[in-house]
Amino acid sequence: MTTKEIADKTVQVNEEGFMTDPNEWTQDIAAAIASEEGVSELTPEHWKVIDYSREVGLESGSAPTLRNITKGAGVPTKELFGLFPKGPAKKVAKISGLGKPEGCV
Amino acid sequence: MKNLLILGAGTAGTIVANKMRRLLDNDEWRITIVDQHETHYYQPGFLFIPFGMYSKNDVIKPKRDFIPQGVELIMSPIEAIEPENNRVRLAKDGRILNYDFLVIATGAHTHPEETPGIKENGWHKDVFDFYTIEGAVALAKHLRTWQGGRMVLNVVENPIKCPVAPLEFLMLADWFFYEQGIRDRVEITYATPLPGAFTKPIASKHLGDILEEKGVKVVPEFYIERVDPDAKKIVSYEEQELEYDLLVTVPLNMGADVIGNSGLGDDLNFIPVDKHTFLSPKYDNMFVLGDAANLPTSKAGSVAHFAVDCFSENFLRYIDGLDMLPTFDGHANCFIESGFGKGLLIDFNYDVEPLPGKYPLPGIGPFSLLQESEMNHWGKMLFRWLYWNTLIKGEEMPLPARMTMAGKWDK
Repeated sequence: MTTKEIADKTVQVNEEGFMTDPNEWTQDIAAAIASEEGVSELTPEHWKVIDYSREVGLESGSAPTLRNITKGAGVPTKELFGLFPKGPAKKVAKISGLGKPEGCV
Repeated sequence: MKNLLILGAGTAGTIVANKMRRLLDNDEWRITIVDQHETHYYQPGFLFIPFGMYSKNDVIKPKRDFIPQGVELIMSPIEAIEPENNRVRLAKDGRILNYDFLVIATGAHTHPEETPGIKENGWHKDVFDFYTIEGAVALAKHLRTWQGGRMVLNVVENPIKCPVAPLEFLMLADWFFYEQGIRDRVEITYATPLPGAFTKPIASKHLGDILEEKGVKVVPEFYIERVDPDAKKIVSYEEQELEYDLLVTVPLNMGADVIGNSGLGDDLNFIPVDKHTFLSPKYDNMFVLGDAANLPTSKAGSVAHFAVDCFSENFLRYIDGLDMLPTFDGHANCFIESGFGKGLLIDFNYDVEPLPGKYPLPGIGPFSLLQESEMNHWGKMLFRWLYWNTLIKGEEMPLPARMTMAGKWDK
């Protein structure tokens, strides 16, 4: 486990930069990770997705699937790919301070 | 008389019926189990059917054979679950069943119709699934005379039943085509919405390249939008296209329709429950076991079996007014066929990822964790006998329900 300084705060991350403790997350951290991931500005539409993912992720312990986000946050799948281009599932999880989406093995 | 009502006579429901009939007093408890289908499927066996290793007869038996004396089996679709009134409405004769305690074990099912193009003109011609008996048998017939080409295996979305089955399918396919003498004419591609075939750090370290070594191309983070059955290609939301001559799909998995219609489920009709006791947070006499539950562990028979072990002890405490213990730890234990007569084994729970080691006896095995061996393959093959003769009848298995770290090392 390593630590990384994001938005003036030291947080725990895995080797790919996914935060491992969702409680260390702040909105400033989200913005900083987003810009690293090529999402330069977080609009209200982005926040709708992030806020929903945080809510679900803290409850269940893992990042929601795209289908869950689509239904739960009411953002169509195509739009999700527009908001978080190139792998929205991974990007939303990373920006929301939730672990990397995983299978069982 | 108190009524324990079980919905679903699949793996979880059948084990519950058997265990509870033994544990509960016949004079005090009436146990009823409801299911709409007569046939019990040994679902782990579906994987072997496309490759001619099992036939249909190897994986089917009548459900009635496994329901013990003293449990009433009612064959009927379920119209609605009404937990506010402690009753269930059946489709057959408009019958109403009242209960004191309810166990929901209605499972998970595939929904190919949720992805445009899957169930259209290519269905069971060059588009197949292997999670249903019909799909597995149709694919077996197709593969017998297939001359090779591009085979694409696509997982539509997670969670799916038996999350390792797609990996096993790929490795068995590699072996099958080799035996058929056409491996050099088959291109195998695996398109998954996950970031890779293996995502857990230690499993990735030990097994990371096993698919590539077998010549399987992995396309990660592929979110399918639609199948184009005329152009024979699958298209992702990012407009990435993969052409196929044979598409094997693992369609979206969802809980039973009656769960959604009764307003009990999440967006995929899986029911939220306490992850250690299976008690519904909304209704204090409703439990959910097996694939029907919305739990962060694998949807698999081994999990259902360990879960019912934990549940039955807790249920006896609960009806005596004692607090339930948070015993269930998410324990899963899965053999993974890796082809050429070998297999892998993984053992994990909510908190501990699959680790290398020996199982079930520390240092001895006979099974090896996270490592290919012939013994693991034979374990998987013997398991079918154990399933029909021991597990499903709720008899003691020589495996502890909770995961143990003994015999494992964490690197």
